[in-house]
Amino acid sequence: VRRRQEGEDVDIKVLGPGCRNCVTLEARTREALEELGLDATIEKVTDPAAIAGYGVLATPGLLVDGELVVAGQVPSARRLREQLRR
Amino acid sequence: MPLTEPAVRPTTERRLWLELGGAAAVWTGLYLVNERAWDLVVHGALGLDEASRLGSAVHFFLYDTAKILLLITGLIFVIGLARAAIPPERIRDLIAGRHVAIGFLLAASFGAITPFCSCSSVPLFIGFVAAGVPLGITLTFLITSPLINQVGVVMLAGMVGWRIAALYVVTGMVMAIAAGVLLSRFDLDRWIEPFVHEVVVPVTAADGGKPTLADRVDAAREETRDIVRTVLPYVLVGIAIGAGIHGWVPAGFFAESGIADSVWSVPVATLAGIPLYANVAGVVPLVEAVYTKGLGLGTAMAFMMSVVALSLPALILLKRVMKLPLLLVFTGVVTVGIMTIGVIFDLIT
Repeated sequence: VRRRQEGEDVDIKVLGPGCRNCVTLEARTREALEELGLDATIEKVTDPAAIAGYGVLATPGLLVDGELVVAGQVPSARRLREQLRR
Repeated sequence: MPLTEPAVRPTTERRLWLELGGAAAVWTGLYLVNERAWDLVVHGALGLDEASRLGSAVHFFLYDTAKILLLITGLIFVIGLARAAIPPERIRDLIAGRHVAIGFLLAASFGAITPFCSCSSVPLFIGFVAAGVPLGITLTFLITSPLINQVGVVMLAGMVGWRIAALYVVTGMVMAIAAGVLLSRFDLDRWIEPFVHEVVVPVTAADGGKPTLADRVDAAREETRDIVRTVLPYVLVGIAIGAGIHGWVPAGFFAESGIADSVWSVPVATLAGIPLYANVAGVVPLVEAVYTKGLGLGTAMAFMMSVVALSLPALILLKRVMKLPLLLVFTGVVTVGIMTIGVIFDLIT
């Protein structure tokens, strides 16, 4: 499995209309990215139709380089780091 | 330089089980000594008389807060640990393409066991409808999910009793199915915002792989902490008001003032609950307190159901996907459903 290198650029999308869980997920993602030393462009997707279009029914959701890695829950910081490193 | 692995504690599965066992033993001990301990503190150390208003209110507040927090922490953790993660995407795929009768049953059951944040209701609605799940079945799911909530059921069981909590779950599911079936009888699809049908939804979604015990414990601990943090203020305020009612409202107040027997009590309680947006954790202590003082169980239950199932913020969110007539019919049917449950409960108890 290829692992992301420090300084690599990742494209992140946080899916959620802006409730508490989505805010927590975004904050935790930013922390994890910083810890891993990854550069990222973070985009927030708040439109429910767009969110459903990504296949996410329960928010929050997280896309990393176009791949859906989180849906319907806020993962632990450890799990999130693993997902971002892959 | 490749990124280094974070230091993972070498926790073996066996050790984790031992720790879980230890935690369970501590929890049971605390639960067993809870009432005794507060008896000693309130009536002994503080010297407040058991029969006095202040004494009974303070005792009720401390004892019930501790009991409810213990119950929520313990049971939500266990539920989180045991629940095989069933993402709503899989539920939808299970429901889509089944016979309608099975679809309704599945929607009500999954709605009852899967908690989801109220801001998910719109993506859920779009995801279900766009994938071809009939509107009635989608609405059954949308009604059950907030109505039957793990925290609410745990608190109801702890404060009012397991039988009533079970009755609440069963009648709630029956009502949601009845409402969904009724709504599917009318041609309501034209009142869905047209863009909903145009959304292309992928059939499969994120699959995080099979979680290990450590993952489950992590997730359950996190979920428990989040839930306790969210509901704590509501529990405290709810139990404080409940304690006030216990101490100061005379026993039999509702019966003597005629409120309990009035035909209007259920409709008024239901309508009063709609604009209120409170966490279920704050409502159950009120339900318990007024029920103890002789208000009909149905009235108290109808109030609880309408607070959790119907709320203005949730309805405003749903307005994005439902046109006004559908929203009004939906609200109306659920309101009547809740009132019916209230009246039945008042009659049988």
